[in-house]
Amino acid sequence: MLEQLSWKVGGQQGEGIDSTGTILATSLNRHGYFIYGYRHFSSRIKGGHTNYKIRIATKERLANADYLDILIAFDQETIDFNAHELRENGVLIADSKFNPVAPEGQKIRFFSVPLSKIAEENGSAIMRNMVAVGATAEVLGLTPETFLSVLNDRFLRKGEQVVQNNMNALKAGAQYIKDQGLDLSDLALAPGDGKERLYLTGNDACGMGALAAGTRVMPAYPITPASDIMEYLIKYLPKFGGHVLQTEDEIAAATMSIGASFGGARVCTSTSGPGLSLMMEAIGLSGITETPIVIFDTQRGGPSTGMPTKHEQSDMYAALWGTHGEIPKIVVAPATAEECFYMTVEAFNHADKYQVPTIILTDLALSMADQTVEPFDYSRISIDRGNVATAEQAAATPEGELFKRYQFTEDGISPRVFPGVKGGIHHVTGVEHTEVGRPTEDTGIRNKMMDKRLGKLEGVELPNSFSFSGDEDYELLIVGVGSTSGLIDEALERLHAEGKKVGHLHIKALSPFPIKSVQSFVDRAKKVLVVENNATGQLKNIMRFNGIKGEFISQVKYDGNPYIPSEIHTFAKELF
Amino acid sequence: MATVKDFRNNVRPNWCPGCGDFSVQAAIQRALAETGKEPEETAVISGIGCSGRISGYINSYGFHTIHGRSLPVAQGVKLANRDLTVIASGGDGDGFGIGLHHFMHAARRNMDITYIVMDNNIYGLTKGQTSPTSAHGFKNPKSTPEGNIENALTPAQVALAAGIGFVAQGFSSDIKQLVDVIKAAINHKGFSLVNVYSPCVTYNKVNTYDWYKENITNLDTIEGYDTSNRIQAMSTVMAHQGLVTGVIYQNNEIKAYEDLIPGYKEEPIVNQDLALSEEDFAKLIKAYA
Repeated sequence: MLEQLSWKVGGQQGEGIDSTGTILATSLNRHGYFIYGYRHFSSRIKGGHTNYKIRIATKERLANADYLDILIAFDQETIDFNAHELRENGVLIADSKFNPVAPEGQKIRFFSVPLSKIAEENGSAIMRNMVAVGATAEVLGLTPETFLSVLNDRFLRKGEQVVQNNMNALKAGAQYIKDQGLDLSDLALAPGDGKERLYLTGNDACGMGALAAGTRVMPAYPITPASDIMEYLIKYLPKFGGHVLQTEDEIAAATMSIGASFGGARVCTSTSGPGLSLMMEAIGLSGITETPIVIFDTQRGGPSTGMPTKHEQSDMYAALWGTHGEIPKIVVAPATAEECFYMTVEAFNHADKYQVPTIILTDLALSMADQTVEPFDYSRISIDRGNVATAEQAAATPEGELFKRYQFTEDGISPRVFPGVKGGIHHVTGVEHTEVGRPTEDTGIRNKMMDKRLGKLEGVELPNSFSFSGDEDYELLIVGVGSTSGLIDEALERLHAEGKKVGHLHIKALSPFPIKSVQSFVDRAKKVLVVENNATGQLKNIMRFNGIKGEFISQVKYDGNPYIPSEIHTFAKELF
Repeated sequence: MATVKDFRNNVRPNWCPGCGDFSVQAAIQRALAETGKEPEETAVISGIGCSGRISGYINSYGFHTIHGRSLPVAQGVKLANRDLTVIASGGDGDGFGIGLHHFMHAARRNMDITYIVMDNNIYGLTKGQTSPTSAHGFKNPKSTPEGNIENALTPAQVALAAGIGFVAQGFSSDIKQLVDVIKAAINHKGFSLVNVYSPCVTYNKVNTYDWYKENITNLDTIEGYDTSNRIQAMSTVMAHQGLVTGVIYQNNEIKAYEDLIPGYKEEPIVNQDLALSEEDFAKLIKAYA
């Protein structure tokens, strides 16, 4: 029985491709399978080829598979674009309505199924997706009842008849495949473990994390692939007295965030490369005024407008060094949807603790791919606003004096106080300033203030700055960041099976960079391979910038698509 | 209750002697006292330029931001704490040059904050370049030695076009009227603009105190002028090339942004308990099961 397989449905954008995939994925997730769902879409609304690829496995898989086992085609374009991904003896199910032509020279099992016709016979052509799901179920040896709970969730509010019609369409699809009498037993899927888990994207997890962390204000400007975070909070913030304000641009989004933070709210904004570029001056203001803000940057293909719907990891330099002058900044990079949640909650606490701009860097594959994750643990959520003066402490400010918002302290972190508090009056300025926020050009104060700000993160290694998996006595160390985590682990499994000693170090904090820890991992390796999705080896260069000593081999990919496991496996194998 | 003295601090402005901004500072302080505000419940958010320094010259919470962005910062402050009196302030370059679209969006968004612009028709802090409100033909040795070939922007006209609910103008020489319009702006429930003609005595040799005195029409002296009539407001502004003072237009019918936000509470966000209940969290999770 199969422990994992890869399935894809394709057709024209706006024609129910997403719902077909979602029904299959959600249903199987509920039965204890681990799902990874990756959407291919274009920068347009209707029309244009789109597809939804789903990997089904009995253990966690956080990447696309090397090849497809099953392809569902709603149009010929889907076959022309995707059939080459099918493995030998893979299954192609195409709607006979468009007189599908099977790909030449490929040994596959081809079914021309009257998907639309069967749907019409059961009530409506719209249920073509259910027929396709039914056909899939039959191939995988799953019962139609597997899908009942999801159908109820989706359609029961429209009436029981609608649920019944959809179930009938699904069963008819299964029956049609059965009637063909082909042996499909090699595609029978091993059972899932039946455990309850979540199925969500990194963006959704970021949105949920922000809400759990206490975000109540989010000024943001829509941009692919970050808009989902904004949409999540648009949906949920009103229930908690919060608000998402769609600003006129990303400059307003970042500066409004700074205002809301100064006003005492927990605040975040979300964007992608072009928006991050526009936020640069504001990031400097956040840095010098020590007004914490959290920015989600979901990286996409750059530069400029680049490839807006494609995957890349090329904003690392911008996130680390963008803004003029020198400020302390936190940049964290979760690797999974699960980490998107927990690291977001932590990032808000870090931002408040150190009073610095904080960037949560994800990438398109992480932000938009659905993943099966263990239910988030409520007990792991904590909100820590850091050094905020109480009303009593503020009231102790001598009459006629200002509150020392930028007081020189041992750790460089000064007390905050929010407007409205008596005795807390102070001035905030992007100009260099004194302890009470008065502009100054005094060289002594300037040096002290710069040292105070930059010192806040000096020598700090944030918790969960990295993770390690693989063989402790590795010869090859593979280093990655962001969504490549699952891919590298899969390559590692294969190398391990071949008797190779491999370790996987995943970087989760780019600033402050866990220098000591990374150096010790590098020191133990014979060779170090840095895998990333950009052209110039940004992660590798960031390691060098941080003084990590060693020889680094670079594997890069910047064609807009994430890696598949075999690419990393093949590349790494050559290094032994 | 706070008096005008409570809004003063001991910081000496770095403005040139005779600068119109001194009057604006004094008028804001008086207007805040006379509208019954308290310093700790007031936030003055300013932009960059000579006038942008004003947040440091008023005894209240203050934020001197970056060029052109006082309005988004001010709106953020208001979102976090709707109980605060929020005043954004800056110059004509800050508000109508680099920050123009923020102004137009703030006007149509209509959050309950007051925007006070010190309009001297020139860039002062960078030592005298032509500004968006400099007249066509304006000669200036720094940036338009042969005369400004662009056309001037009329702030009140832009404000009305953007759907503003309150727009007034003042003049640094008429501090009584200036205090009155700032008070009316603060009391207005929604976004308000007070554009103040505030002469630059160092770099602008054209738009001087005397020039304004000769060219300004005081709307308070026009009999039957109806501040609730948007069309009359627009035509009056156009007829006078924008050079009017007093309340130009006020719409008391439209609701402020904060009063329209779904689920937004009376209790300011800054005072709210941020932790989710276990029950609410379970619901959030269930949506993805």
